[in-house]
Amino acid sequence: MGISVNQDKCTGCGLCEKACPFGAITIVNKKAVIDLDKCTLCSSCVEACRKFEAIQIIRETTRTPDMEKYKGVWVFGEQKHGKVQPVVYELLGKARELADKLQVEVGCVLIGANVKEEAQTVIHRGADVVYVADNPKLENFLDEPYARILTNLIRKHRPEILLVPATTIGRSVVSRVAVQLRVGLTADCTQLDIEPQQKFLLQTRPAFGGNIMATVLSQYHRPQLATVRHKVLPESPIDTSRTGQIIENDYDKSFFISRTKVLKVAEELVSAVNISEANVIVAGGRGLGSGENFAILKELADALGGTVGATRVAVDNGWIPYAHQIGQTGKTVCPNVYFACGISGQIQHLVGMQSSKIIIAINKDSSAPIFEVANYGIVGDLFEIVPLLTKKFKESLQRS
Amino acid sequence: MNVVVCIKQVPETTQVKIDPITKNLIREGVKSIINPYDLYAIEEGVRIVEQHGGKVTVVTMGPPQAEAALREAISLGADEAILVSDRAFAGADTLATSYTLAMAIKKIKDYDLIICGKQAIDGDTAQVGPGIAAHLDIPQITYVRKIEALEEKSITAQRTTEEGYEVLQSPLPCLLTVVKEINNPRIPSLKGKMKAKNAAILTWKAADIEAESDRLGIAGSPTEVWKIYTPPARSKGQIYDGDPEGAVNAIVAVLKEHLI
Repeated sequence: MGISVNQDKCTGCGLCEKACPFGAITIVNKKAVIDLDKCTLCSSCVEACRKFEAIQIIRETTRTPDMEKYKGVWVFGEQKHGKVQPVVYELLGKARELADKLQVEVGCVLIGANVKEEAQTVIHRGADVVYVADNPKLENFLDEPYARILTNLIRKHRPEILLVPATTIGRSVVSRVAVQLRVGLTADCTQLDIEPQQKFLLQTRPAFGGNIMATVLSQYHRPQLATVRHKVLPESPIDTSRTGQIIENDYDKSFFISRTKVLKVAEELVSAVNISEANVIVAGGRGLGSGENFAILKELADALGGTVGATRVAVDNGWIPYAHQIGQTGKTVCPNVYFACGISGQIQHLVGMQSSKIIIAINKDSSAPIFEVANYGIVGDLFEIVPLLTKKFKESLQRS
Repeated sequence: MNVVVCIKQVPETTQVKIDPITKNLIREGVKSIINPYDLYAIEEGVRIVEQHGGKVTVVTMGPPQAEAALREAISLGADEAILVSDRAFAGADTLATSYTLAMAIKKIKDYDLIICGKQAIDGDTAQVGPGIAAHLDIPQITYVRKIEALEEKSITAQRTTEEGYEVLQSPLPCLLTVVKEINNPRIPSLKGKMKAKNAAILTWKAADIEAESDRLGIAGSPTEVWKIYTPPARSKGQIYDGDPEGAVNAIVAVLKEHLI
């Protein structure tokens, strides 16, 4: 176990030294030397040395027994108030594609109270089998019972892949499931595919604030678990002619035990649209100058059926609640259209929004870094331009 | 009230950039810092102990140089610090990391609360906190933005959700992951800095935490990095300077097809 440099193959070219994110490699006498105290075995150097294949990471790891018996691609059907969340449809679309490549079935797990009716909905969206755990005690999300039921279903039915929305609920519950099953879990994937020869799930995710993409796989453990970001995959189409099997299990009351209790559930968004789900986001930063001025952004957002976002500065100044913050210490969003108004574009903000499909920047300062990532930029006064955009969009939408 | 705070030393991610020509990571001048979310965890732990008595023990798994992060945590008010460090831990994914930290916390033994930042800014997984809770088989409240009440045997806290928040109650011991809204971390005092300089940092190796060797580091990590690459850069777009009306008309025309 560990990392080694093949002295015959190493040419001392230094590519690995440059590729190492941890500064663990130095070239001594034209050979790479790895400082094992700094090395995290991240494999960046192995990648950099593809040409010479001089660096090798040796893995000895345990395996899931009967690995070949794990079949099927599952989706965790996250629901709120008994309604399956739209992100689940995005995952079902991808699950269908992966399952077709593997020639297996798509399963969907529904846990909650009065969720049975949704079983048909997820079948129309691509599921072949729906596993339902329906009980009044499961009305609110609770880590322990949800994780217990999910773990139990996986042990019983052995899917090879489970996709989970990268939401607060999804991330919390599947982290516990991964530990209970002792399998791998990759967070926040933006691309998923099947490796054609060995049929692994290739899980690609941004790392280092989106500056690098890493493809992760789990060779020897099943199921392969991944959480998947919102809004990066298209929703699967509705096909009402699809049919599927609904399996409803009875659970012993020990399954519902939760040491944690929900005392209250509160919603407090300025606009009705959840920022991670929004197709259009109108975001404001320091240039807004005050909380009252966010009204201008809200008018544009309302006209386009979108919601309002903000930078850390705007939130720290108390102009708008934290639920609207986008960026490194806020939310990561990926809408179709992102308006950045009075936002300079510091990297901490960019990492939260740079995968938006279209970015429109409005800023007085033509040298602001936000213009580097914008598809369209307007140099000018946002207090003039944003109301004008609202007006023109309204006119244009009325006409059509 | 004995509080364990788990922290991670991370590169200041904002400075990790790609050389546009060689496509390599530029790491010159990249500082190591305490993961920003962990600062809120430390602060919350220190505030709890100030109010209820007890002590804050900060734990990190990492290379020897992670000691600097622990000293900083002491300057911010933590009482004790443990560095869990062994070459056997290298290459750990979130499963092996949460196992290692859970074994260290088992050795600490006497704890009421474990507090972690909601996620680390280098990996952004948010998996290690809940993983530790699962290994220890204790309840968890993730994304905590406020502790409403803390009693001898229970905690009531607000958990941030996409739509707002929930109020959850849990018996102790319990693991929390915290978001930035929970507090404003203090800056180290002169006294804190002096204390940090002289503090004894315990170092625990794999054998000290009685861990099973095949569950550590690369051996205990089901996931592996298969490929790393630079995402294609966004090409520079159309910038309008002057004539706001013309610019707005052009943008409305382009966006119409994307919105309808």
